[in-house]
Amino acid sequence: MDIIVLLKQVPSTESIVQIAEDGRSVKTDDVNWVINPYDEFAVEEALRIREKQGGTVTLVSVGTAKAVEAIRTALAMGADKGILVNDPAIASCDGLGIARILSTLIQPLPYDLIIAGQRAVDDENFLVGAAVAEFLNIPFMSLVIKQEINEGKIQCHRTIEGGTALIESPLPALFTTQRGLNEPRYASLPGVMKAKKKPLEIKTLADLGLEAPTPLLRVVAMKLPEKRKAAKIIDAATPHAKAAELVRILHEEAKVI
Amino acid sequence: MLQDILAVAEYVDGVFRKVSFEALSQGRRMADTLGGKLVAVVLGDEVQDAAKQLAAYGADRILVAEHPDLKDYLTETYTHVTAEIIQKEAPVFVLMGATTQGKDLSAALSARLGAPLATDCISLRFENQKLTITRPMYGGKILADVVIESSPGIITLRPNAFASAPASGAGQIESYPVVLDKPRTSCLARQMEAAGRIELTEADVVVSGGRGMGGSDFSVLEMLASEMGGAVGASRSAVDEGWRPVSDQVGQTGKVVSPNVYIACGISGAIQHFAGMQTSKVIVAINKDPEAPIFSKADYGIVGNLFELVPAITEEVKKLKNS
Repeated sequence: MDIIVLLKQVPSTESIVQIAEDGRSVKTDDVNWVINPYDEFAVEEALRIREKQGGTVTLVSVGTAKAVEAIRTALAMGADKGILVNDPAIASCDGLGIARILSTLIQPLPYDLIIAGQRAVDDENFLVGAAVAEFLNIPFMSLVIKQEINEGKIQCHRTIEGGTALIESPLPALFTTQRGLNEPRYASLPGVMKAKKKPLEIKTLADLGLEAPTPLLRVVAMKLPEKRKAAKIIDAATPHAKAAELVRILHEEAKVI
Repeated sequence: MLQDILAVAEYVDGVFRKVSFEALSQGRRMADTLGGKLVAVVLGDEVQDAAKQLAAYGADRILVAEHPDLKDYLTETYTHVTAEIIQKEAPVFVLMGATTQGKDLSAALSARLGAPLATDCISLRFENQKLTITRPMYGGKILADVVIESSPGIITLRPNAFASAPASGAGQIESYPVVLDKPRTSCLARQMEAAGRIELTEADVVVSGGRGMGGSDFSVLEMLASEMGGAVGASRSAVDEGWRPVSDQVGQTGKVVSPNVYIACGISGAIQHFAGMQTSKVIVAINKDPEAPIFSKADYGIVGNLFELVPAITEEVKKLKNS
């Protein structure tokens, strides 16, 4: 089973995000960069499938030179090789542009299965996985919390509102991960050592025969959400009196109940 | 027509999702601004009768696409039919709810049609006839204003972020002839949790518990949620402890909720938790630790034992309802 994992490097969810001088991008200097958490589930699931069925796990990513660190981390977890597309032109790409680059990169590679995070926790676009599947013309299933592969078919338990749907698809297919799929392993020290010797190719758009895609969605401004003032603390002599005062405020002042 | 708005309504298990009405209402306002028509689209199996409801939210035309293979949502069948309709109708914007279905379908459509996608949007406004869309990024730590550079633009709306309002529309029903090849994928089964549960992302009231719950007994929260007609959520710590299922998790790597009232019980208030609930209209925090970070970002706070406070609040809500 040859598995491809789409990987993105993002600021960790603990990072404090600040708006850059231009007002429409974020400062990246003090950010702690990690593998997108949903992509970590994808790497872990790919490794588990390989452990059962044999095969290879190839990481593909579009990013800056720094993204090599994320790929090395995933290689240290156990993936076999990585390919990074690093090109100055990608800075202005939107999600569709990134998906176009990734699918062009993947097209000539052998693969039975592609796994991606449901979304990256920076852009929050929910787009790239679906778009790569569409460009490669393979079935797509999102928000998967459990999968089984048997005789060239995959069954995916997909999260829906209030439950799950069980979808069956022939391979090759692409699915995206949902929290609950697995608990990603940590890279071991021997894993880190081995990762240094694993193949990691770096390509430009020209290598793929691509020109910079024109973005169709543009960020024109960024702002921080309005800060809520510190809570009005409701104080009273007894829990019951506090409760009564809260309900009165919600009803009469905030008018939300 | 190029000033028309197309709204895809999601009909599941005999009801339209609430966010579908929100999308229609927003679509109505946009169509009025642009001088276009609002076209509603419903896909499914035997949905024509239900589709009539959409006239009450201002739809000028209602396209009904019925086929046995559209009974359950599948990316490929829904993308095929919806893409065809969009190409035929050529609207300027396509709206739908940012549900598990809407986020999946909108992304596939975006790629199929080469159409820009702005997903999980929380506000839309026209400036000189040009649409500016606000959507959270970085788990809601940033609000980005984005513009769409070509049509159709596909927009998904965060549930509860937009008001739905009755409006009169001609509501002319038209059957759309569906032609489908045999799909590659199939939906073998759907497993639903207890019936009658209110979906967390659509609830007007969310009562969430965190580490301060001390165990898997969330019954005090369930009673309050039930009294207020809401749903129960959980912090990541509570989910990691195994006290609640992953599907209840509110936060940056869980569900994003925007209820009228969010009541955080025994939740300290990590930055990732705020990402999942900060667009709530009113946030109430209940915590025994007066220094808990949650109090700096809530609207109202009560310091005390949640196991005494929450049942007392339930009782007061009951009194209010009976008065």
